[in-house]
Amino acid sequence: MDDAGTYLYAVASDVAVPCPEGLKGVAGRDVRAIAQSGLVAYVSTVPLEQFGEEPLRRSMEDLDWLGATAHAHHRVVEAVARLGPVAPVRLVTVYSGEEQVRRLLEERHDDFADTLARVAGRQEWGVKAYVVKTEAAPVAPEPAAEEPASPGTAYLKRRQASLRTREESWRDAGARAERIHDVLRCVAVASRRHRAQDPQLSGRDEWMVLNGAYLVDEERAEEFARALDDLRGQGIELELTGPWAPYSFTVLEEGGPR
Amino acid sequence: MTHDAPPRGAVLAAEERLPAERVALVDLLDRLLAGGVVVSGDLVLSIADIDLVRISVRALIMSIRESDTFGGVDGEPWK
Repeated sequence: MDDAGTYLYAVASDVAVPCPEGLKGVAGRDVRAIAQSGLVAYVSTVPLEQFGEEPLRRSMEDLDWLGATAHAHHRVVEAVARLGPVAPVRLVTVYSGEEQVRRLLEERHDDFADTLARVAGRQEWGVKAYVVKTEAAPVAPEPAAEEPASPGTAYLKRRQASLRTREESWRDAGARAERIHDVLRCVAVASRRHRAQDPQLSGRDEWMVLNGAYLVDEERAEEFARALDDLRGQGIELELTGPWAPYSFTVLEEGGPR
Repeated sequence: MTHDAPPRGAVLAAEERLPAERVALVDLLDRLLAGGVVVSGDLVLSIADIDLVRISVRALIMSIRESDTFGGVDGEPWK
C-alpha cells in the first residue's frame, strides 16, 4: 500500500489483442491491460492524492475536472470497444492495487463473461425526445359578457385556460414519448430510460420527455435509425446519439448470479 | 412533415463514431454515473452512490453562471 491506486476503466474478453499503443487515460496516465482468468481489465496507475476518497469528493464537484475525467475515461472505453465486446466500469472506480483487480476478474468471472456475451455484436444508441417550443397557445377570446368581468377575473380565467392547455400538451407529449419508446424497443434487444437531463447541464430548455438507451444488434442499426426517422415530427424533436459502448447495459448486480 | 433535425440514417452507414472529445458531457454523465459495472470490495472509492442529480446540483452550485439563463418552468409535472 503506497500512494498509488489502480483506476479501472473496463473489462473485456481476453482475445489476445494487445493494449492499444500509447493510449492515455485519466490524468494523462498510461493505460495497461491486466489479463486474468480469460478476461482483461484495462487500468491506469493513479496518484491517490488526486484519486483517493477525500480528493475525489472535492473533485467531483468541479465541473471542469469532472468533464476532463469523464472524457478521458470514455476515450479509453472507446478504444477498447473497437477491439471487441467490452463492459465499461462506472466512473472513478479505484482499487488499491493490481492484485485486487486480478481477484475481481477471478471471483466475478462468470458475471463478466455473461455480460460480455450479452453485449457482443451489439451497440448502445441514445435517443432524446424534446417537445418543440411553439408560440404560446392563443388564448380563446373572452365571450362578450353582458357585464364586463373585472380585469382580475379576466386574468384568472385566461391563466386557467393556459394552464389547462399546457397540462394537456404535457400529458400528450408524455404519451407520445411512451409510444416512441415502445416502437424503438421492438428493434432493440434491451432498453433503459435514463432520467431527464438537467437543462443547465444540457444547455437546452425545451422540455425533455424521453432520455432512452437502446441496445441494438449491429446489423439492425440502420433499421433502428429508420424507425426513429419515421417517428419524427408532430411537435417532438428527436435526437440520436451513438453508437456508444454498452454503458447502460452492463450494470452488474452486486455479488450473486444475475 | 418537416424534420427539425436531419435524419441520421444515411450517416449511420459510414459507421463513424463520434470523437470522444465531441461527445456531450451531459450524455456521457448519464452513462458513466448511472451505467457501467459497479464493483466494490477492496476499493479505495467507488462513487456508485453518486447519481446525476447530485452531480448536476453540485455543478450548478459550482458553475459561475450567475445569470438565470433558464427561466424556470413553473409546475413541471414530472421530475
